[in-house]
Amino acid sequence: MALMNITSPHAHGPRKTATLMRVVVITTLPGLFALTWFFGWGNLINVVWCSIIALAAEALVLLIRKRPLAFYLKDYSALVTGVLLGLALPPLAPWWVSLVAVAFAIIIAKHLYGGMGYNPFNPAMVGFALVLISFPVAMTTSWAAPASLLENPMSFFETLGTIFGFGSQAIDAFTMATPLDIYKHEIGHSIAQDVTQNPVFGAYVAHGWEWVNLAFLAGGLFLLIKKVFTWHTPVSMLIALTIMSLAFGWDADQATPPLLHLFAGATMLGAFYIATDPVTSAVSPQGKIIYGAGIGILTYVIRAYGSYPDAIAFAVLLMNFAAPLIDTYTQPRTYGYAKAKRGAKEAE
Amino acid sequence: MSIILSAILTLLALAVIFGAILGFAAIKFKVEGNPIVDEIDSLLPQTQCGQCGFPGCRPYAEAIANGEDINKCPPGGEATIQTLADLLDVEAIPLDAEHGEEKGKQVAVIREDECIGCTKCIQACPIDAILGAAKQMHTVIADECTGCDLCVEPCPVDCIDMITVPETIKSWSWNNPTDDDIQHQAYNIIATDKNPEVSA
Amino acid sequence: MKKIWDFHGGIHPKENKDQSNQSAITDAGIPPQLIVPLQQHIGQQAELVVSVGDKVLKGQLIADAHGPVSVAVHAPSSGTITAIEEHEVPHPSGMSDLCVFIETDGKDEWCELSPCEDYSTLTPAEILGKVRSAGIAGMGGAGFPTEIKLRPPREDKVNTLILNAAECEPYITSDDRLMRERAEEVILGLEIMAYVLQPNECLIGIEDNKPEAIEALREAAKETQIDIVVIPTKYPSGGEKQLIKVLTGKEVPSGRIPADISVMCQNVATSTAVYRAVRFGEPLISRVTTLTGDCIANKGNQQVLIGTPVSWLLEKNGYLNQKGSRLVMGGPMMGFTLDQTNIPTVKTSNCILAASPKELPQPDSAMACIRCGMCSEVCPAELLPQQLYWFAKGQEFEKAEHHNLFDCIECGACSYVCPSSIPLVQYYRYAKGEVKQIKADLEKSNQARERFEFRQERIEREKEEKEAKRKARSEAAAKAQAAKKAAAEAEAKESKEGTAEPSQAPVTAKAEVSPAPEVTLESLQKKLLMAEDKLSKMEAAWKDAQENNPERAEKLAIAVESSKANVKKFTLQITELGGGASDTPAGPSLEELESNLEKTKGKLQLILNTLEDAKQNHPDRVEKLERAVAKNHTRVASAELALREASEQQSKQQASKLEPTESKG
Repeated sequence: MALMNITSPHAHGPRKTATLMRVVVITTLPGLFALTWFFGWGNLINVVWCSIIALAAEALVLLIRKRPLAFYLKDYSALVTGVLLGLALPPLAPWWVSLVAVAFAIIIAKHLYGGMGYNPFNPAMVGFALVLISFPVAMTTSWAAPASLLENPMSFFETLGTIFGFGSQAIDAFTMATPLDIYKHEIGHSIAQDVTQNPVFGAYVAHGWEWVNLAFLAGGLFLLIKKVFTWHTPVSMLIALTIMSLAFGWDADQATPPLLHLFAGATMLGAFYIATDPVTSAVSPQGKIIYGAGIGILTYVIRAYGSYPDAIAFAVLLMNFAAPLIDTYTQPRTYGYAKAKRGAKEAE
Repeated sequence: MSIILSAILTLLALAVIFGAILGFAAIKFKVEGNPIVDEIDSLLPQTQCGQCGFPGCRPYAEAIANGEDINKCPPGGEATIQTLADLLDVEAIPLDAEHGEEKGKQVAVIREDECIGCTKCIQACPIDAILGAAKQMHTVIADECTGCDLCVEPCPVDCIDMITVPETIKSWSWNNPTDDDIQHQAYNIIATDKNPEVSA
Repeated sequence: MKKIWDFHGGIHPKENKDQSNQSAITDAGIPPQLIVPLQQHIGQQAELVVSVGDKVLKGQLIADAHGPVSVAVHAPSSGTITAIEEHEVPHPSGMSDLCVFIETDGKDEWCELSPCEDYSTLTPAEILGKVRSAGIAGMGGAGFPTEIKLRPPREDKVNTLILNAAECEPYITSDDRLMRERAEEVILGLEIMAYVLQPNECLIGIEDNKPEAIEALREAAKETQIDIVVIPTKYPSGGEKQLIKVLTGKEVPSGRIPADISVMCQNVATSTAVYRAVRFGEPLISRVTTLTGDCIANKGNQQVLIGTPVSWLLEKNGYLNQKGSRLVMGGPMMGFTLDQTNIPTVKTSNCILAASPKELPQPDSAMACIRCGMCSEVCPAELLPQQLYWFAKGQEFEKAEHHNLFDCIECGACSYVCPSSIPLVQYYRYAKGEVKQIKADLEKSNQARERFEFRQERIEREKEEKEAKRKARSEAAAKAQAAKKAAAEAEAKESKEGTAEPSQAPVTAKAEVSPAPEVTLESLQKKLLMAEDKLSKMEAAWKDAQENNPERAEKLAIAVESSKANVKKFTLQITELGGGASDTPAGPSLEELESNLEKTKGKLQLILNTLEDAKQNHPDRVEKLERAVAKNHTRVASAELALREASEQQSKQQASKLEPTESKG
């Protein structure tokens, strides 16, 4: 008669970490589809390649750490990192760029700090920032041109060849700077009207990119409804970015307009998939708002006044630094207290 | 030339100003004694047993403030070493076995049938936790006894026992869940480095 | 409709109430043995008033409330007390406590009760007395003495009296059936409590998943001012603090009791118990307990006698132990597991859940916390459970306390939602235990330090006192030496000059300086006198021995010699000190010698008389008396001698006194 002796509660809800991670990956599929449709096979190949690297790197580290492989791989967290990097990196980025980014993200940025749940910095963004700084040429010249603008868009195998280095195509014919990049550099010596003549800007905001961002927005909203995360971080980030853009860049002739900020580049991906990474963000609702706003502000600042066209990675990493401090000062008011406690030490 | 001279003069002036401020602060805000000693002392368990090699907890605290190792207190055990390490920003080294082992909380108990009333243990107790007088029964006030072990040796009839304080239903509390899996073999709640094999 | 508020968080687990609330409450029956723990409440253990072998009746007092916060214990059925010893009690630790074992005789005879038809004839104090002597503790799970609770401190007036009919935990339906079947008792109990407290309003908070109970209560409370307030089903709305927030919108301040905001909350079962205690005089000896879970065939609610062993209940109701099943006392969210079944039910046992592995599966291994924040979303106390978890895990208890660890009500909602299956509540319980232990240790070590420091002080003080005394003595001795030297010099000077009273002067000088030299001189003189006295005695004895006892003569000769030596020694010492052997003023005076002589003469006469008498009546004593006579003769002789010598010396001194003046003059 073996009766178990366990602590209460004895009932458990249906939610599991693995389920959460899985649903996150699944909701990126519309975005991935949009990316493939508009920019070719690059992103798809990258996603697959990065996922393989991610799982392999995780397995390697787990072996070194003598942990049970199945138990830890099953929680899909490595897969999420791989997929996000695959989506964020340029579609035609060489295979070794992705390899370095993913391996660094998993091994250094995640496991060196203790594994899932213990890392202070977003692993995907650490990997992205690393390759952005280390391989600037590869990163800036690997962005694919929208397929509709090309006479002969690359086939699957050609893309595979380009990425893995055995291709024969001259890559220059198929790459183009991103809309954000173009606008940022052109607007200094042109007016908006002229700049937007560039076919990359398409009919609405930015050809292709707007659909991609809309797809990620849809995925993000689905996750919100499913309560995978709360609204505080993404909403405050987007609002902050919009406000900054309206305040400092209202004149389209001087600076990138707000719509372009919101719907070009990795904004929506960043808002709903990267900034909401629970391990590295703030914990309290108030804290999350400050955290999200910080990311939004920093994104704008770096984009407008910094030298990088897309600044989500840096903005997120900088706010990751600040998250613990934000937590200390934004403890929510507990039941039975008139005011919330601020700061680290009880005023004794 | 004049630039160099003016630079030197400026730096000199700054040095004088800051020196004066520091000197003033050193006098005006001087702290008597070494407050760190008080803080260290408040972390030590106050058994006054002398197992660390010092005659009491305060002398050991003073020694630690002067650089002594923090791992010499068996009654304090691992927990005290950790808190001292946190306070002093040094590494937490394991307990120095030379000074004794970490045992659970103990109390001295006198076997009253054998007590001869010699008062030797009363004189030995560093915190006056033994009640008695010459040729009268001696007894340990259990609530005050810290288990320092100093009374056992002087007793000429060896009538003092050190017993571990038993856990009662009122003093029981839950275990640390990360340690729990050692007890429960049928399943594991936490998968840790120490116990990587986890039942699926 | 009365306005209701909401509390933060909360979860909606599957209710699982239908298994046990379909049938009426049945009687559990009388087990052959009852194990009644003496501590079924918060506070001090009750004090025994019975002993082994006593026969008790149903409802008889077996342990009285001991101390201000305590509850009495009564015999749940008639029988004999077979033992009073330690036995496992319902507690998460599985440890033992003192229990009274009653072997029931099956007759179930009640003891004498004191019912009261109309409670309004009693004063509130009398009603509280009845509640206390009925041994009623909070039956919702906490077990706080009801009488203490009904007596708010500092005359805080209770404005809102709430009955907690929420029963938010899954599986438990005991309150539900109680309300459906005995709604009048619930309402009457509430009225009695209202009579004691005189609140402005009375509310009963009940979840909307109990429509029949709501109906029954409404029916019973028709004629009264009691408000039946229906609240949405959410766990843990039955928590006292949460229910108060829902019904009144007010929050109980941290660390205080509801009475501080003029609210009081009681459980419906407690209310029924109060009614029965006041109306029928019945003490609390049984309660409605839900038996549920897939491992029990006969699911439902039963009126169980306190002290009924769980093993007997399970056996009677078709218990099938499957592998990996769990036996929980209480509900699935806050109950604790029992690892053996020979444990009694107590006043707070509202449910016994024998769950199969399918119902309550083995918990998954915990994974790392991903800080998803779901726990803080559901926490009814609005805490940050993941931060508390990190601090508890990292042993940073100070930070955990700062994050309001002690406001956690341990409801288990956070653990329920945690996607990583972390046993959060155990971490908090562990952390709370550690913090309490650390505080207790700190207090103890502070006290030890105080005692140590006091002891050091005491030893220091004693040392100093000893030092001071030693110093004083040595100073005094040094002064005495100096004074003696001075006196010796002074005497030498005086004897050269031949001042008036050479013997007086040094004596007075010495007397002025310090008493010590005088004492020494005096004592020496006394010793000298004693030695002389002894010498004369010895000589007399020796003479006597020479005549009668030659053997002793030798010994006595030696003794005489030593006495002579002593006399010489003392004389010498006195001379050294500066007093003359002829220093008769320090010795006995003439008057004294005369009186001494008189005394000795008197004694001699007495002995002579006795001798005369003995010669006539006691011939055996004659010898002794004759010897005594001889002794006394000697004494008289020596006394006369001393007197003569003294008078001679005095005349000499007077002569010598005259001389110097003559020589001077």
